[in-house]
Amino acid sequence: MNPQPLRIANRTFTSRLFTGTGKFSSTPLMEEALLASGSELVTVALKRVDITDATDDTLLHLKAPHIHLLPNTSGVRTAREAVFAAELAREALETNWLKLEIHPDPRYLLPDPIETLQAAEELVKLGFVVLPYIHADPVLCKRLEEVGVAAVMPLGAPIGSNRGLRTLDFLEIIIEQSQVPVVVDAGIGAPSHAAAAMEMGADAVLVNTAIAVADNPVQMAVAFKMAVEAGRLAYEARLGASSATASASSPFTAFLED
Amino acid sequence: MFSQVLTTYSWAEAQRAIHTKTARDVERALASTDRTLADFQALISPAAAPYLEDMARQSHFLTQQRFGKTMQLYAPLYLSNECQNICTYCAFSLDNKIRRRTLTDEEILREADALKAMGYEHVLLVTGEANQTVGVPYLKKAIQLLREQFAHLSMEVQPLDQPDYAELVAEGLHTVLVYQETYDQENYKKHHPKGKKANFTYRVETPDRLGRAGIYKIGLGALLGLSDWRTDSFFTALHLNYLEKMYWKTRYSISFPRLRPIDVLGAEGVTSRDFGQCMTDRELVQLICAYRLFNRDVELSLSTRESPRFRDHVIRLGITSISAGSKTNPGGYVVEPQSLEQFEISDERSPAEMAEVIRRAGYEPVWKDWDWSLMPT
Repeated sequence: MNPQPLRIANRTFTSRLFTGTGKFSSTPLMEEALLASGSELVTVALKRVDITDATDDTLLHLKAPHIHLLPNTSGVRTAREAVFAAELAREALETNWLKLEIHPDPRYLLPDPIETLQAAEELVKLGFVVLPYIHADPVLCKRLEEVGVAAVMPLGAPIGSNRGLRTLDFLEIIIEQSQVPVVVDAGIGAPSHAAAAMEMGADAVLVNTAIAVADNPVQMAVAFKMAVEAGRLAYEARLGASSATASASSPFTAFLED
Repeated sequence: MFSQVLTTYSWAEAQRAIHTKTARDVERALASTDRTLADFQALISPAAAPYLEDMARQSHFLTQQRFGKTMQLYAPLYLSNECQNICTYCAFSLDNKIRRRTLTDEEILREADALKAMGYEHVLLVTGEANQTVGVPYLKKAIQLLREQFAHLSMEVQPLDQPDYAELVAEGLHTVLVYQETYDQENYKKHHPKGKKANFTYRVETPDRLGRAGIYKIGLGALLGLSDWRTDSFFTALHLNYLEKMYWKTRYSISFPRLRPIDVLGAEGVTSRDFGQCMTDRELVQLICAYRLFNRDVELSLSTRESPRFRDHVIRLGITSISAGSKTNPGGYVVEPQSLEQFEISDERSPAEMAEVIRRAGYEPVWKDWDWSLMPT
């Protein structure tokens, strides 16, 4: 029994686990972990790869046919810089998909909502499939949807923090309101966090640090794969409503049926 | 400006505060998750020495969490040893009667080719302070020559004015390192008796000018051994704290330049000037870990001043970038390998050998972590 596939823009994904390429102890180990995860969408930081070099070590380890690259603009500080970087990436990597990341703050890497919205609008006009990394801000998500992004990627907690779904209440609102897929990105530190996001109705999650810095990244990748599948299956199977009180086995209104 | 912050602190009081920290202060600092400057003082104090293993464990964990299992590699490219300053600890000091040399465009490119062949994508341009020959126009030209070849250009040269920095950033400069040498103003005067560098305030305000000019990264540090390293490190941390709040879009790094022996050319020929053991290996590890426990985001950088054995071990303890195969003389890679070095290096292994050491330690050597596509010029 498999979860329903996910459609974003013109592409269909059977895996709802998106992954990243940073922080691994070696590129062969990265490749092994990403293959074990089953991930079909893998984000790559433009600053880490030489997009003009066909022999770039990271890119060489991302050649599996089921893996689609999602270049990201990590490092830019403004909309103008993001658009410039995106155009170079599109040309060199031959994909119009882009993870739009504008985080001018190098400590917590929190996204700049104003620059992100401006850049998203321009990039959509330029023909990009834009997946913006943003704070869990429901209004911003709707604004991004209006300018034509393909999905939204709200954060659960700061990038790399492994702190889980700290923005839970706002993620729920985003999932409820969104007309584009919601990918919970950043902060997911354990398979249980990923499962929780999927049970809530997130369309996918993006995980990097939790896999890359695990003692055994390959095994952790499998654990996340299972958690994401389990969470999604549970969502599709409709979880029973939870309640603080027990429900009476003889309903109060049963007499009306007599 | 940080110079104003400094007026509210006294060197002597800070030193006393550090040296009177107790085991209880250290334990409180170790147990905390949101560490203050007072905690940092405890962690660099003599009282923290028995807690080194615990500090190292936490530092290892925090660094891996934030930076992953990666180690950045960079190399210095010395462009000139001309200098109008007298600094008592530096072989490029004006009073050292060595032959002076500033690389020509063609020589810069030859050195660059050699570094590129070693795999480098990040080079640190280094000069002395000679504004007539190695001023802003020279530096700008060097950046223009090199930006085609390297993904990341850093610079460690004389302090400049804010508009000069803005001009160089627009040309593609990413990082500037400027060490205060010492925050002890009295001692600073003794070691910098002549030249523009004698102006303590202008130097200590340099990171402010860099932040205002929109630089991407600023490297800080004190020359460990010039004054009490603990007190200097406290002021470095204070400086870092101030800058992070003030120039929040800029990234920061800390270096650990321990004083090294230098060759001095005088009337009696070449003599070596040694500064003795001013800081033990144990103390340097304590300092590296203390910075990481205090600030999980700051980059920590280690040069070839340190020995192979020391470097091989501290890779796992908080350091995030490392140089290898460095030459500290202008033209040192290919143009004129025999010219006098700024200081003697301890680790002579090649970048390829160092990369192998890094891999064996379970880390990926990262040559490239910046891209021109991210900074339209």
